[in-house]
Amino acid sequence: MDFTFDEQQLAFRSAIHKFLMVEAAPEWLREIWETTRSGRSAELRAKLADQGLTALSVPEEFGGIGLGDLDWVLVHQELGYFAIPDSLTDSAYLAVDLLKRLPADVALKREWLPRVASGKARIAVAHPLNPLVADAELADLILAWHEDEIHALRREHCQLQFQPSIDLSRRLYALQWTPSRETRICPASHGRELWAGVLDRAALAASAQLLGLAQRMLDLGVDHAAQRKQFGKPVGSFQAVKHQLADVAVKIEFAEPVLHRAAQSVAGERPLRSVHVAQAKLAAGEAARLAARKSLQAHGAMGYTWEADLQMYAKRAWALDAAWGDAPVLKARIAGHLLDEATLLGPGATFA
Amino acid sequence: MKLEYTEKQKAFRQEVRSWMQAHVPKAPLPSFDTAEGFEAHRQWEATLFEGRWSAVTWPKEYGGRGCDLIEWLIFEEEYWAASAPLRVNQNGVFLLAPTLMEYGTSEQKARFLPRMASGQDIWAQGWSEPGAGSDMAAIRAKAIRQGDHYVINGQKTWSTRAVWADWLFGMFRTDPESSRHHGLSFILLPLNLPGISIRPIKQLNGLPGFAEIFFDEVKVPVANLLGEEGGGWNVAMATAGFERGLMLRSPARFQKTAHKLVELYRRHRARADADPGIREAVMQSWMQAEAYALATYRTAGRLNKGAKIGAEASTNKIFWSELDLLMHETAMRILGPRAELMPQQHDAELDHWLDGFLFAQAGPIYAGTNEIQRNIIAERMLGLPRS
Repeated sequence: MDFTFDEQQLAFRSAIHKFLMVEAAPEWLREIWETTRSGRSAELRAKLADQGLTALSVPEEFGGIGLGDLDWVLVHQELGYFAIPDSLTDSAYLAVDLLKRLPADVALKREWLPRVASGKARIAVAHPLNPLVADAELADLILAWHEDEIHALRREHCQLQFQPSIDLSRRLYALQWTPSRETRICPASHGRELWAGVLDRAALAASAQLLGLAQRMLDLGVDHAAQRKQFGKPVGSFQAVKHQLADVAVKIEFAEPVLHRAAQSVAGERPLRSVHVAQAKLAAGEAARLAARKSLQAHGAMGYTWEADLQMYAKRAWALDAAWGDAPVLKARIAGHLLDEATLLGPGATFA
Repeated sequence: MKLEYTEKQKAFRQEVRSWMQAHVPKAPLPSFDTAEGFEAHRQWEATLFEGRWSAVTWPKEYGGRGCDLIEWLIFEEEYWAASAPLRVNQNGVFLLAPTLMEYGTSEQKARFLPRMASGQDIWAQGWSEPGAGSDMAAIRAKAIRQGDHYVINGQKTWSTRAVWADWLFGMFRTDPESSRHHGLSFILLPLNLPGISIRPIKQLNGLPGFAEIFFDEVKVPVANLLGEEGGGWNVAMATAGFERGLMLRSPARFQKTAHKLVELYRRHRARADADPGIREAVMQSWMQAEAYALATYRTAGRLNKGAKIGAEASTNKIFWSELDLLMHETAMRILGPRAELMPQQHDAELDHWLDGFLFAQAGPIYAGTNEIQRNIIAERMLGLPRS
């Protein structure tokens, strides 16, 4: 029993953190909003690929690194912390997960996995849990759900309508398409299990980003409160301000282990993985919402401006909180678990 | 990361479980805030000691088993799952003992630890004073050295279980010219010395769970000083770290309560679901109890790898005390108009929810108020300026 990451995993996380701090400054992310139609930057994508992030969970035989959910969860916390605007999660984590679990004879797998690994292809993932599809326009391929089947759509198979989000780094599209034998790559009998895995991983990735965002918003609030002076003192020396930020720290402290347990459950395909993911997303969402509210309050009027960077992280958090399973979906899962008489509860049940 | 227990850990769990099944009293003991209940709990400590279960993390030479923190968590899980009695010597075993092991001389360890482990000496804590609560550096009770003794004068208050306890560990001002956290010393003394008078204080539930202690020219040998004279603040901070850190409230306690709450809710769903907030609170209770367990396993893993517990100990204190309130408030909401009733033989549903609800009110206050914890988090974890 050891609920800690090993040195190598922590060193990897630290390296990604340092890299993104230098390469993904808020000013540049704002520039991407203003200078691109897609909200995506080929230059940023190339840098992420250079770090191996596009290849992270692609199997080695397809040109990847072959790492897993535990490595991704740390990467996603960092992607959240820096509010990275890229379809990396959908392409390199979710789509890769679907593709690599397809039967070996599926040509699509050999065609796309190496391209994702090298950062040359973007794949979007369409599932009815989200009414809109992220990054559909720039996607070279869309993997879409239809009655638990998996369909692979190219641009000519679908019509897209852009739907602006309050988060300018999110690019959402209404998707219209007609399922056909030509588009179907996996039957429902096999697809059901694959989609369940994707939904767990998608919610896990969103949770990790939410927690990273929470930490960033807390850090921004602390920085502002330490510098801004009123009544001749930093506002962060007043208990009314301190205690609000301390409450955010508590929420983060107790959401992170829940997140990491969920990652371990998904990686180990534990029977309760979906329940653990639901717990993680609820906890991380709560931490992120509280961080947004309290950090904005600590910023005062500056927090309500376009100029302060806080908005970039707050908007991402508000959006991700409802993506890939919102509270009604997640709480229904928790309630089902607790109301089931067969559920093991109480001391000793945590890792049973 | 490996979230499976080893064969050795599984065998240990089985050993604890079997022993608890054979030894935990069938009927709950009377409250340890009564004379009768205190002695019954002392006897339970002796029983635990005979099985070498009273202080599992201690070294074997003092009556422990040298368990690491994961084994301690397993022990606590089985202890609470078995509905074993509360630990009347908690202040000694979990707070003073780790401090003694760090700061005590070998004579002090040999003198105090075995008697503590066996329940022969039950310990109370003497920190707060009428003018020194959250502001502990305002302590005024004096211990002035005269030859090989300290002579103590002053008053302590809110001293938990001091009404029947045998010994006290406390902070006294050994340098009368000093102020704030300088010149304080950590002193151990028996509560039956001449010049000590104890006045019980009735708590919210009507029982004398804590006491005021008056010192009038009380002579204590210098050998009872723990750590250096004048260095008491650092010694006390170490104890405070343990208290807020891991040992004071193991997660199993809250998982047990969350489990009972889920079962209470299941039995009363037909009525309770008319207030959707109840289901929400039940789910939150269970999820937070799990989160607390997970966070503790993580901290235990880090400490086993050699890390030190830091300001995150303050986040623990806030988290479990608020969780305890949430769980008991929720149970009261489910019980509705019956919630106010004192425990009754013919109504098992009432269980000890009312006792727990009252006790939960104290959680955000004792062991350093949650406001003090928030200051510590803001200043030491977040680096915000001092007020």
